[in-house]
Amino acid sequence: MTDNLQLNADGKLKHFLTIEGLSRALLTEILDTAESFVGVSDQQIKKVPLLRGKTIVNLFFENSTRTRTTFELAAKRLSADVLSMSIATSSTSKGESLLDTIRNLESMFVDMFVVRHAISGAAHFIAQHTAPHISVINAGDGQHAHPTQAMLDMFTIRQIKKDFAPLRVAIIGDILHSRVARSQIQALNTLGAKEIRVIAPKTLLPAHVETLGVTVSHDLTEGLQDIDVVMMLRLQKERMTSALLPSESEYFKCFGLTESKLKIAKPDAIVMHPGPINRGVEIESTVADGPQSVILKQVSNGIAVRMAIMSMAMQPQGAF
Amino acid sequence: MANILIQHGRIIDPANELDHVGPLYISGGKIASVTDAPAGFVADTVIDASGQVVCPGFVDLSVRLREPGQSRKATFKSETRAAASAGVTTMCLQPDTTPVIDTAAVAELIRELAEKAGYPQVYPIAALTRKLEGNELSSMLALKEAGCIAVSNANQPIRNLLILRRAMEYAASHDLLLIFRPNDYWLGNNGCAHEGAVATRYGLPSIPDAAETIALDQCLELAELTRCRVHFGQLSCKRSVIKIHQANKYGLNVTADVAMHQLHLTENDIKPFDSAYHVLPPFRTEADKQYLRQGLACGTISSICSDHQPHDIDAKLGAFPETEPGISALETLLPMMLKLVAQHAITLSQGIAALSEQPAQILQLPSGTLTPGVAADVCVFDPELAWQVNRSQWHSRGINTPFWQQTLKGRVTHTLQAGKRIFCLADGQ
Repeated sequence: MTDNLQLNADGKLKHFLTIEGLSRALLTEILDTAESFVGVSDQQIKKVPLLRGKTIVNLFFENSTRTRTTFELAAKRLSADVLSMSIATSSTSKGESLLDTIRNLESMFVDMFVVRHAISGAAHFIAQHTAPHISVINAGDGQHAHPTQAMLDMFTIRQIKKDFAPLRVAIIGDILHSRVARSQIQALNTLGAKEIRVIAPKTLLPAHVETLGVTVSHDLTEGLQDIDVVMMLRLQKERMTSALLPSESEYFKCFGLTESKLKIAKPDAIVMHPGPINRGVEIESTVADGPQSVILKQVSNGIAVRMAIMSMAMQPQGAF
Repeated sequence: MANILIQHGRIIDPANELDHVGPLYISGGKIASVTDAPAGFVADTVIDASGQVVCPGFVDLSVRLREPGQSRKATFKSETRAAASAGVTTMCLQPDTTPVIDTAAVAELIRELAEKAGYPQVYPIAALTRKLEGNELSSMLALKEAGCIAVSNANQPIRNLLILRRAMEYAASHDLLLIFRPNDYWLGNNGCAHEGAVATRYGLPSIPDAAETIALDQCLELAELTRCRVHFGQLSCKRSVIKIHQANKYGLNVTADVAMHQLHLTENDIKPFDSAYHVLPPFRTEADKQYLRQGLACGTISSICSDHQPHDIDAKLGAFPETEPGISALETLLPMMLKLVAQHAITLSQGIAALSEQPAQILQLPSGTLTPGVAADVCVFDPELAWQVNRSQWHSRGINTPFWQQTLKGRVTHTLQAGKRIFCLADGQ
């Protein structure tokens, strides 16, 4: 089950929906391109004219502040015109269908959709049905994928660790519901990380998780040994009420990242988190704000990485 | 009624262990002979079936025709035509229509719709509980008298096992067959894909096979307790086959079927987020598929249904989990059965039996055979004729099938229902 929907006839990026099916060369190209954009935000005039005259619509069917803002900034720094729409979806009052929304916006001469949706596969669906000249960037769909987040994580890791080959990476927390984790795992595997270890109770791991190319641990103390990169995931509060976990405090006791737990990992290990952080639930404040944390670096890198992906998808002929 | 002679065809009638080339005589709407011409027989119509197979018309244990209530998806007219073109001469209609088949009036309406469509052998299945809500018993006896052939709660859960027990006891009192699709509501957890590697990779809400096997176990226990006749519909996994096999060995008189597509597709065949593959129960693993095939070959699963569920375009247009499950499956029934034969999973005779004799026996209908004296429900098909699944060849209003645009082998050329020709490929009806 692979698809080339994301690539055009020349093998260049057309849509960015998932890491799956993309080559190491292409992921590296994204990271290299992002590198060239890092300086843009430090300039007096924080803009490059690459997407001047292009119209990008941020279509957020699910709330998000950080992701929407960084996409907006990234588009603006590429000189595109940006429109951000928050479309509240209510299952009870079914109004316009997803496809109708897309069709309406299409007829306003849009060049790119950045889509976040609560249902897995929504970005694929839009890419399959939208006009051929429009690119679709997945900004998170259900529990499926969040590929731009994964790429900014890879960018941050590469910035600090340089090479993926020797790295042992731990991903800790709610893997089951996490689109971030799925994309991170695919990216790390494609880029050749030595080991990816998922650490969580069984209730927060999907069936046959090892088929994703990871090793599994249910014990944080054991799981953190020899780890170079610690990737925390956000724990949604509603997991307590759906009988996946007994309590926040028990979760924190077993899987919360504290200073003493972090000492088990390698001394130069970095700590990452896609945000927003639940302090005292999955991570201790002293760790989140501590010297090994690169959480805020991730956020600023998000802009450069999203600039890279948007500009590559909009210039599929490789003229970039 | 006219005398019909079907000649030079390969007659396969599993019930009578027939497999030979020869004539089939039909007179007065009934099978007259499969050997010599009856005395004084003069054919009004002669069908040349050279190179073709002549077998009993197919009996389908589970279809949705979308009427009453959802005529935007399909109608009796469109779907009975699709059935006729697929060699199906008897169909059981699931009770989850709108309104639900829980009163005699709705059952009678369905019989009327069927008569009007010129396809009288649509048997409604009565709702086991009122509105299928799983709380109160339906008026099963009145429904039986109005023509319902069995009772079922379709895909709706009965969460309280005491109610299921009472319903089974009541059904048993009136010698009604319960058709049960096992699925534990809570374990199913509103999933849309098999709980396995593929759902994990795509982040799809998933259904473990235990959702089926646990519900199956519960119903088997209650079948033992209540002595209700139970037929399990649309099994999808390995351990279900094992459990049915064990129950039969233990002496419990239960039967089971499988939907044709489950014998061909697995989770690995799902194209990324392609809603044509959204079915319930979901496509499971290769091991499950192989077990279902073996179960069919050894008779643990005695019949195959189409589980025909035509949809309008909009129902399948959306992100995978939000689309409606089901496949428009009548017209691919024969070619997919022949594919099982070509792959040596079953013999041709077994395939025909699973589509005709066996389901008829489950329903205690006299059809499904070519025994002289029974109504002449006959299917004639060309096993070698290849055709492409596309608009011009298709009768159902629903084009929701994963086999769309594929070229399949095996086509029905004539369908007779009680001696009346209801489909002829050459006429392009």
